[in-house]
Amino acid sequence: MVGATMEPKLIRWFLTGVALIFLCLFLLLPLVAVFAEAFSQGVAVYFESFRTPDARSAILLTLMTAAITVPLNVLFGLAAAWAIAKFQFIGKNVLMALIDLPFSISPVVAGLMYALLFGARGIFGPWLAAHNIKIIFAVPGIILATAFVTFPFVARELIPLMQMQGNEEEEAALTLGASGWQTFRHITLPNIKWGLLYGVILCNARAMGEFGAVSVVSGHVRGVTNTMTLHIEILYNEYQFVAAFAVASLLTLLALLTLIVKSAIEWKAKRYLAIVKLMAEESAA
Amino acid sequence: MKIEVRGINKTFGAFTALKDIDLSVESGELVALLGPSGSGKTTLLRIIAGLEFPDRGAVLFDGEDATQRKARERRVGFVFQHYALFRHMTVFDNVAFGLRVRPRRERPSEAEIRRRVNELLRLVQLDWLADRLPAQLSGGQRQRVALARALAVEPQVLLLDEPFGSLDAKVRQELRRWLRRLHDEIHITSIFVTHDQEEALEVADRVVVMNRGRIEQAGTPEEVYNHPATPFVCDFLGNVNLFRGRVEGGKAIIGNVALDLPEDGAPDAAPAVVYVRPHQFDIDERPQGRNHFRARVKHINTAGPVVKLELATEWGDAVHVEMSHERFRALQLARDVEVFISPREMRVFPDSTA
Amino acid sequence: MTLKERSILPGFGLTMGFTLFYLSLIVLLPLSALVIKATALTWSEFWAIATTPRALASYRLSFGASLVGATINAAFGLLVAWVLVRYDFPGRRLFDAMIDLPFALPTAVSGIALTAIYSSNGWIGRHLAPLGIKIAYTPLGVVVALTFIGLPFVVRTVQPVLEDFDREVEEAAASLGASRWQTFARVILPTLAPAILTGFALAFARAIGEYGSVIFISGNMPMRTEITPLLIVTKLEQFDYAGATAIAIVLLLASFALLLLINLLQWRFSDRHRTVWRAMR
Repeated sequence: MVGATMEPKLIRWFLTGVALIFLCLFLLLPLVAVFAEAFSQGVAVYFESFRTPDARSAILLTLMTAAITVPLNVLFGLAAAWAIAKFQFIGKNVLMALIDLPFSISPVVAGLMYALLFGARGIFGPWLAAHNIKIIFAVPGIILATAFVTFPFVARELIPLMQMQGNEEEEAALTLGASGWQTFRHITLPNIKWGLLYGVILCNARAMGEFGAVSVVSGHVRGVTNTMTLHIEILYNEYQFVAAFAVASLLTLLALLTLIVKSAIEWKAKRYLAIVKLMAEESAA
Repeated sequence: MKIEVRGINKTFGAFTALKDIDLSVESGELVALLGPSGSGKTTLLRIIAGLEFPDRGAVLFDGEDATQRKARERRVGFVFQHYALFRHMTVFDNVAFGLRVRPRRERPSEAEIRRRVNELLRLVQLDWLADRLPAQLSGGQRQRVALARALAVEPQVLLLDEPFGSLDAKVRQELRRWLRRLHDEIHITSIFVTHDQEEALEVADRVVVMNRGRIEQAGTPEEVYNHPATPFVCDFLGNVNLFRGRVEGGKAIIGNVALDLPEDGAPDAAPAVVYVRPHQFDIDERPQGRNHFRARVKHINTAGPVVKLELATEWGDAVHVEMSHERFRALQLARDVEVFISPREMRVFPDSTA
Repeated sequence: MTLKERSILPGFGLTMGFTLFYLSLIVLLPLSALVIKATALTWSEFWAIATTPRALASYRLSFGASLVGATINAAFGLLVAWVLVRYDFPGRRLFDAMIDLPFALPTAVSGIALTAIYSSNGWIGRHLAPLGIKIAYTPLGVVVALTFIGLPFVVRTVQPVLEDFDREVEEAAASLGASRWQTFARVILPTLAPAILTGFALAFARAIGEYGSVIFISGNMPMRTEITPLLIVTKLEQFDYAGATAIAIVLLLASFALLLLINLLQWRFSDRHRTVWRAMR
């Protein structure tokens, strides 16, 4: 890479330097700060932070929320992608826009919507109270709010992927005598597995890390409706900084793991695309 | 198995893909559906396979109505244009797929599957590539895997969509002959779609020429080539010279000459088009017989198995003529020489554009 | 024309049915609750709630800080994308992978981490305090948080366009006598402009709805450092459902307007631009 399309070395160094300073300031520093604060009073104090009953119940609730919302959204994502990518019908674009909707709604507004629907003074409030069902300020509300904010992740990964892959392999399987389920299980699923994994890890990261929407519907009942992020908020507001950052460090590790898996899949996909391109060029030649 | 197609109609939105199609394919026949893109040939093939549904009409397998039968129940081997190989499976697993997805009662044992897949891979001469993934194969190899995969389920019918469409010219030639030999060996009722007339004429027992959703003509390669039923067939199969004129008193009047007509000519006193293939001309220095006209040699191309001439008639039409090298040398033709040419055979159709 | 074309692939009814059911339950039902509650307000009631001085101050802060944050990201996002695509340096792939950190890191975690860095005794805040610059608990802190969460957008929209950019075009410009700067300003930048604009709009849209990363660093003083999403939460905690709903509607309309703009941009970008590209190849 020399010649007409390359800047002088000095400018290259300058631009790279400025970009890296910006990234360090905004990305690396907060990352380091989480662990520095978490371990600021030693390893023992760090691990002590997870021993409190509140911390444990918060971690459990977060895991449970993800364990329910992620499979639900995977199921939805697979169904939506199959219907949208494999069939031609009227109103497809409207449906796709609706699926994307949760991305453009503030998490706080999302929480508010559920409060207006199921809260004490909400539309179904009186009915729910009469039947002694609690959704808002209870675990179901947290799960619903989390399902809302993570709603598009899997579908959004799968739809373009399945559209790109077309229907030919599925048609081939059907002419060879496979049933619909066998076709999905043996042909479609293996072809989309990396895209599915990609959607799942992004969905999971958001499900475990959601704060705004959950904050509105949780009611912050300690030991009952506190997720990890809400627990962090309470600890922080009570000036228990080490404990707050200790819990935060767990979520940070999850975020880092998510990034690693995500990059690995992207790298794999890029290589795959390169091979496909090469093959296309070969057969065209 | 015998296949009958009765009164098939199919539209996509405002586009009419197939209109009143009737066709029957005898058991063991190898038939080519030939036509330009958009002629409906692939749609017809997909309807026979059960991959597409007709708006009206019926598909019969051995006299039984199969129109509503699902693709997986038709026992049809379909070879897709882009092969549609399962990219995450090895060659072996691709071929074995159709056997492995059978209900347990009908499924052969794994040893039997192994035996049959290996046998098929030997048949298509790919047994040495069994463990490769489709991405590691060449186009021609992928094509043969797709064929082996389709044959594995012991189909009663083999359908091939542009089987050689995405291969380069040399591989195409080889595979074409190989397919013909294969069909002679296993004798399965086969239909393939192509836009390449040479391919259809060389491989098929019978050629069905399609245009704009209709069948123009169905017949042996000899019939459709030498006795085209419509101007389209005449035009589509091979190069052809086209002269516009009139029919009067049993003669075709083109420019300032009158040519004797064959018996199945166009109606009298109407505009007509006369089709003559480049090799159906005789050329001489002196007039021979009655059907001849004068033309001047404009261009000569001797590179190739035949000599190709471009001439201009007295009234200004361009004529393309092919002749053997021997004849060319005997005549000692050169540019701007005037000769007499006479069509040995010609087809006359009413001029629909006039 | 029929509603759905017949296909040999099975499962349309089942998958479409579940898709519509789940979509209605999780998204459409709650959304209609908000709309129903909003229509219970008269226009004058709505206007009065939505334009109190406190609400107006929150809009000014939310939209203003989001605009500043998105602008910073447009400039630095372009720079970062350029450096990542065009130059090679140790750790390039690591930095590339890290760009998405603001997407992956829970907002509450970024919130407390940024506060720890930029408060007056934090790693950076400590050095700025003597200069009289305060970041945490001022509108500046809001800008910092919104810059952080919007960082990936411009980088990720510009990066693929830059990767696909045909080097021959640059070489052609150079061979026609353009300087490197002229080539950048007149040939490269116009090609990247739609992507930059899309990334800018995405970052802006994300920022006006952002909550978690801001509330720790902003200090949440009404009229001064209170963002609009926080005002909604405050109203809700005071059981002022009408107030929360009215302000949420303002926020929602702004988001939808931006969404429309983004879609329009992408539509123009992909349709017009790509056809030009295709025609050129």
